[in-house]
Amino acid sequence: MAHDAHAAADTRRGPRPRREVTTAFVVSRVAVLAVAAALLLYAAPPLAADGSWVSLTLLCAASAGIAYLYLTRRFVPAKYLIPGTVCLLAFQVFPVLYTVSTAFTNFGDGHRGDKPAAVTAIETGSVRQAPGSPEYALTAAVRDGELVFLLVDPKTKQVQAGSGQGLAPVSGAQVGVTGKVLRAPGFTVLKAPEAAARGQEISKLAVPTRGGVIKANGLSRAVEGRAALVYDSSCDCVNGEGGPWAADETRGYFVNARGDHLAQGWQVNVGFGNFTRVVTDPTISGYFLGVFGWNLFFALASAGGTFVLGMAVALALHHPRMRGTKVYRIALILPYAMPSFAMLLVWRDMFNRDFGLINQLFGTNVDWLGQSGTARAAVILVNLWLGFPYMFLVTTGALQAIPRELTEAASIDGASPWYGFRKVTLPLLLVALTPLLISSFAFNFNNFNAIQLTSEGGPFPAESPQVGATDLLITYTFRLAFGAGGAQFGFAAAISVFIFALVAVISAVAFRRTRKQEEVYA
Amino acid sequence: MKLALRHGFVLLMCVFALVPILFVVSAAINPLGTLASTDLVPNGASLGNFADLFTSDRYPFARWFLNSVVIALTASFASLLLSMMAAYAFSRMRFRGRRVGLLALLLIQMFPQFLAIVTIFMIFTRVTELYPAIGFDTVWGLMLLYLGGALGANTWLMKGFLDTVPKELDEAATVDGATHAQIFWRVILPLVTPILAVTGLLAFIGIMSEFIMASVFLRDPESKTLAVGMFGMIAGDQRNANFGMFAAGTLITAIPTVGVFFWLQKFIVSGLTAGAVKG
Repeated sequence: MAHDAHAAADTRRGPRPRREVTTAFVVSRVAVLAVAAALLLYAAPPLAADGSWVSLTLLCAASAGIAYLYLTRRFVPAKYLIPGTVCLLAFQVFPVLYTVSTAFTNFGDGHRGDKPAAVTAIETGSVRQAPGSPEYALTAAVRDGELVFLLVDPKTKQVQAGSGQGLAPVSGAQVGVTGKVLRAPGFTVLKAPEAAARGQEISKLAVPTRGGVIKANGLSRAVEGRAALVYDSSCDCVNGEGGPWAADETRGYFVNARGDHLAQGWQVNVGFGNFTRVVTDPTISGYFLGVFGWNLFFALASAGGTFVLGMAVALALHHPRMRGTKVYRIALILPYAMPSFAMLLVWRDMFNRDFGLINQLFGTNVDWLGQSGTARAAVILVNLWLGFPYMFLVTTGALQAIPRELTEAASIDGASPWYGFRKVTLPLLLVALTPLLISSFAFNFNNFNAIQLTSEGGPFPAESPQVGATDLLITYTFRLAFGAGGAQFGFAAAISVFIFALVAVISAVAFRRTRKQEEVYA
Repeated sequence: MKLALRHGFVLLMCVFALVPILFVVSAAINPLGTLASTDLVPNGASLGNFADLFTSDRYPFARWFLNSVVIALTASFASLLLSMMAAYAFSRMRFRGRRVGLLALLLIQMFPQFLAIVTIFMIFTRVTELYPAIGFDTVWGLMLLYLGGALGANTWLMKGFLDTVPKELDEAATVDGATHAQIFWRVILPLVTPILAVTGLLAFIGIMSEFIMASVFLRDPESKTLAVGMFGMIAGDQRNANFGMFAAGTLITAIPTVGVFFWLQKFIVSGLTAGAVKG
């Protein structure tokens, strides 16, 4: 390849040199075209089958763009920036923007789909056995390869064939003593094991009748059901039991005169509803401030505490006559090198009331993670354990960069060691470490693992099982979105937006204070 | 006297640092394998927990280990490459939008990706319908997700290192007729290998411990990572009984990272002071 480079250099003597066509050049271009084509071939068919024409157009444009970018000689910086930027846009920027737009909707359990989907769900969900309708004896059969129900009316013994198209009378069928059809002309009766094998198909088949549908109930019974709730498009309402239920477009529900609503709703835009709910709903706003306060405290205590501990250890070891520093250092770094998720779980079990190490060692029987005070102390202690080695490493590095002459000069001038530390060492350390302290604060502000893997946000007060004593905003959001109480994606997104705003304010303040970063733009 | 005080304090901190780790070791070699029977000082030694771990039908530990290592290796390698390429452009080239791009990265870096977990879940519900191969329960989808955070996390750090590599080197290469790609692969990358190793190690450890995305993403036992799988191992009423196995798994997970950690210790100190944060 060095040979190629020299050859290329030779051709550069002209005013506008042509690029030497090397093997690497050809291979890389072919590879680019292959990747673009593969991307297109893999991604396009599902989109086309689904009818997502906008996405398909975007995809084609993107593939063409990538192919062009890497074939042309222009736009050199873009060649290096595009791969990372595409990932960044697709999996970080787009989700964030999508979160913001979801925060203005009521998307969640009961509000997942659009209105027609909700109407279908309500109608099919309300099907009950029609009053006075017979319970048919069911025989599954096949006609021309299609599954049909042979239905025998228990009173009249009349036989009908039911398919997706409706009911039709059958003549000449032979009915057994159990009421099942033994054979019928034009049909192949399925034997019990064959019917069982097609159980899913059988339970799916719905035979439409005048007032409802006939569906199988097990493999040998079928009943006619009627929808108790029927949508009427003329009044945009649902008629039936408890109704009429009128559509409420602002809430995404069908509501009746008494103010009740049907369980199934649809997704609507609720404006700032989710945000005002955080402030005005007493069951949320009261706890929300508490969670926020604890979250701030947790982040400050974690960042500050690890720094103080780590610095203290580093200072203790930073002495010319100190022996065994290498051994100490290995022991002190270990918590940082262990897999943090597993160690968090180990700590959780060390605090366990019945089997935990801590109760065993001290002979106590305290439910550490079950009371809000001890649980808070415990999660902070665990976070100190995880975080102080990092601060120890960092301070050691920064201490080595501070010239010894400075502290020696201070002591010659008569300063006490403490005074010398406060006026000389600490300010110098802080200059180097403030950016790290800020990022440690930001990291701990959203330290999901530290809470979720130890206390899971608990303990929970009896009157509000949604918010626990050690909940951070992020674990609270996670529970709202994926917890057992039903998914409230819209509301969870609103809280995420709120956290985004907080993080933005924190970083804005941080950057004002650390001008150092600014110099790097030059 | 003063020195004795120093030793005393450091010893105390060492005890604090080592007690949980000693507890894990003791639990891992505890022949009974339960949490209740585990003491700080091992009360017996057996490799039964390790044997259980690899023969268990319910917990495909070896499979989880493989998943985790594959995801972490590929994702950290790919994210290093992506951010290195971006850093090269930002450090060596002048173009329109450079300043805005750098600022935007700095801002995006402040927003943890998992804050958007709700919509990531919604997006991937759709992706799973269209392309099951990169949807839920696959390592590839999760890997793509991790790559989304690549540019934000490391580009600034790398750009800082690249700025310290003298520009004269690339200029000399340009005079010799090297293209920008040749300079990137042959000149720049070899010069920054040590720091690449450290950043890569930190990314690797971070991804190995990542829990929240993986727990939403992977529900099929065969596709789980160590973090998600081992969490399930001691969930609910399994907590007491499986603790020995869990501790054995923790040790096996820790051994490679701890080893590399001590091997690269020197670089790590300088890398950390420059601003790398373990996830």
